[in-house]
Amino acid sequence: MLAYILRRVLYAIPILVGVNLITFGLFFVLNTPDDMARMQLGTKRVTPEAIQKWKTERGYDKPMMWNDKASGFAKLSDTIFFQKSVRLFVLDFGAAEDRRNIGAEIRARMWPSLAIAVPVFLVGLLVNVSFALLMAFFRATYVDFTGVVLCVAMMSISTLFYIIGGQFVASKLWHLVPISGYDHGLHALKFLVLPVIIGALSGIGSGSRWYRTFFLEEISKDYVRTARAKGLTETVVMFRHVLRNALIPILTGCVAVIPLLFLGSLLTESFFGIPGLGSYTIDAIQAQDFAVLRSMVFIGSVLYIVGLLLTDISYTLADPRIRLQ
Amino acid sequence: MSMGFLPVALWTDVLLWLLVAAIAGYGWRCSRKPHLAEPWQRVFRSRSAAVTCVVLACYVLVALMDSVHFRPRLERQAPGAETAYAGRVMSLLDLALPHLYEHSEKTYSAPFATRLFAKELVELPGGKTAREYPRLRYGGAQLADEGDRAGDIARRALLALLAAAALWGATGLALRPLARRHPQVHWGAAWTTLAAVLAVMAPLLALSGAYHVLGTDKVGQDVFYQALKSVRTSVIIGTLTTLVLLPLGLGLGIMAGYFKGWVDDAIQYLYTTIHSIPSVLLIAAAVLMMQVYIDGHPQLFPTTAQRADLRLLFLCVILGFTSWTGLARLLRGEALKLSELEFIQAAHAFGVAHRRILLRHIVPNVAHIVIVAMVMDFSGLVLAEAVLSYVGVGVDPSTTSFGTMINGARLEMAREPMVWWSLASAFGFMFVLVLAANLFADAVRDGFDPRVRVT
Repeated sequence: MLAYILRRVLYAIPILVGVNLITFGLFFVLNTPDDMARMQLGTKRVTPEAIQKWKTERGYDKPMMWNDKASGFAKLSDTIFFQKSVRLFVLDFGAAEDRRNIGAEIRARMWPSLAIAVPVFLVGLLVNVSFALLMAFFRATYVDFTGVVLCVAMMSISTLFYIIGGQFVASKLWHLVPISGYDHGLHALKFLVLPVIIGALSGIGSGSRWYRTFFLEEISKDYVRTARAKGLTETVVMFRHVLRNALIPILTGCVAVIPLLFLGSLLTESFFGIPGLGSYTIDAIQAQDFAVLRSMVFIGSVLYIVGLLLTDISYTLADPRIRLQ
Repeated sequence: MSMGFLPVALWTDVLLWLLVAAIAGYGWRCSRKPHLAEPWQRVFRSRSAAVTCVVLACYVLVALMDSVHFRPRLERQAPGAETAYAGRVMSLLDLALPHLYEHSEKTYSAPFATRLFAKELVELPGGKTAREYPRLRYGGAQLADEGDRAGDIARRALLALLAAAALWGATGLALRPLARRHPQVHWGAAWTTLAAVLAVMAPLLALSGAYHVLGTDKVGQDVFYQALKSVRTSVIIGTLTTLVLLPLGLGLGIMAGYFKGWVDDAIQYLYTTIHSIPSVLLIAAAVLMMQVYIDGHPQLFPTTAQRADLRLLFLCVILGFTSWTGLARLLRGEALKLSELEFIQAAHAFGVAHRRILLRHIVPNVAHIVIVAMVMDFSGLVLAEAVLSYVGVGVDPSTTSFGTMINGARLEMAREPMVWWSLASAFGFMFVLVLAANLFADAVRDGFDPRVRVT
């Protein structure tokens, strides 16, 4: 087990190197730091001195990959590639456009993101599994048919509509909760209720429909027929046999997204004014803050790879038939 | 004597029409090969496929009409001078509904309103001024007495419904030979849907000349016009992305599964790496970089329309680059299975070249997966466009799309009384399109999935 995990971690390194190269290519090779400076400073009447100053302040005045003027290891390390891309590996993100430290910002903004994402994940999982089980229990009846139609309809509604509609109904029409904002500690609760409900609601369509197929697949298996042949009631068959076995693919599938919860949700956080990583990313996109964007791309990839690793491990824990080699 | 217009070929137009030609060619091929036609016959036997196909066809018709662009000739030109053309690029849709973009008000007005949504200083006949809601320039301008509005609307709608009924009957007669040839298709459902679509759209279209049927937006533009224009953007994104996604996903996927070894390792590494970057971030980064490039090279993009069009095309390319990984993984597994089968082994034994085996034996056997994946991707891409435009990495701000409509209207939620029509129209048009696409995709999957095939 330990050897397997170690090997998977080693396997992740080339992928992260690849991500790093892709982001480096996107951010520095396709457009030079000069282009970025012009973009930030405004394209009209910008002097070469201003560009040079902008680059020096941010450390973009170094050579790309190889510094001829430096000596020894500095030939490699005193470059944009090393300073801006390689240092991401030790989680040194540098400073944003507004000179704030990105690492500190991320550590502070992680908690509001988690405060939304974790409840959304848990509530969503519970609701989706229950709804899917209901449809599977009444399979091939009107309940099932209506449920599936409802799921497809809910899938077809834009997330933006859930958010805007939810804000309108709950905050503007009924005045139940504030439209947006955030507070620390328990005071945050009234701000969190609506985003969590909307987040869970918008995922029901695709989630339940997907889980329903897991349940149906399980129901058609031989051991279920055997259980029925033994004279067990349909309820016992569903909850004892089908639910437990279908939960394996569902839970292992969920494990992959758990690390990504840290990233928060771009739309929810920006609409509800929650100071998490999602709104941080949106702000960075809108302010064209490439340093922040680069860091978020890297963190996102790291979390995705951690998710893959956790999935593999959870498979072995949930299903003893699968052995890691 | 020169032409009255100058044709303009935008990149997306050309590619969309090429795609239409390709689909037509595939359809023609299907009609001649029973084994290709069989899954489609199964698809159209279902009621939902017939219904959604009619709805989708209407959207595609609007998109195609909006994809023939030209610049009209300017009137009143000096004799002997070189013919001059208007700077504005128009489409066939604009030509068919000229009033929609010409009838522009000052600012917001509600659907079917005769007066502006905001009070203005108006001069009264006695020389005094008062703050009141002024009459619209075009919406209901033909009414001498605003009290007649309901009657006027009813009269126009009734006439439109009569015309629609005639059109419905004519279409039915025209398509009768086709219906005879394919009796297994659920024609009844298709006719009912067509009747419903015509019953909704005909009055809207007929009334749009005299009223703003879905209201006007902040700068007074007709919302119905914007909604129709957005259809093209959605269809372009949903379909042209395929042009990038398909070669990458299909080519790399089957090569990984077929050649195995280091080719497989390299391709797997490539798609795991790309897939590990959260797609929104990758798209955002790529779009921002494209923006920097466009801003840095203005000489490459002579007109606003061309710049907006290339941005739309780039967005499709970027979306394709970020979303081919799923298809590649699926096809890799399938090709891995296929390459072990006897007929491929036999082809090897006969010394058939790899390229030929891939093209003649592997591709046709994964075609059903590709078709289902393409149809299923459409709805997701339409939804993604709206989100990306909200984030600020979507289409050019000058391109009308559901995303830009929502983005422009969402701040007006705070107004009292609320301006709801822009949002409602964008969501409504988008919901019908995505729902139809989702249901159609389900029908296609059921028709093509060999596991549910009876006999």
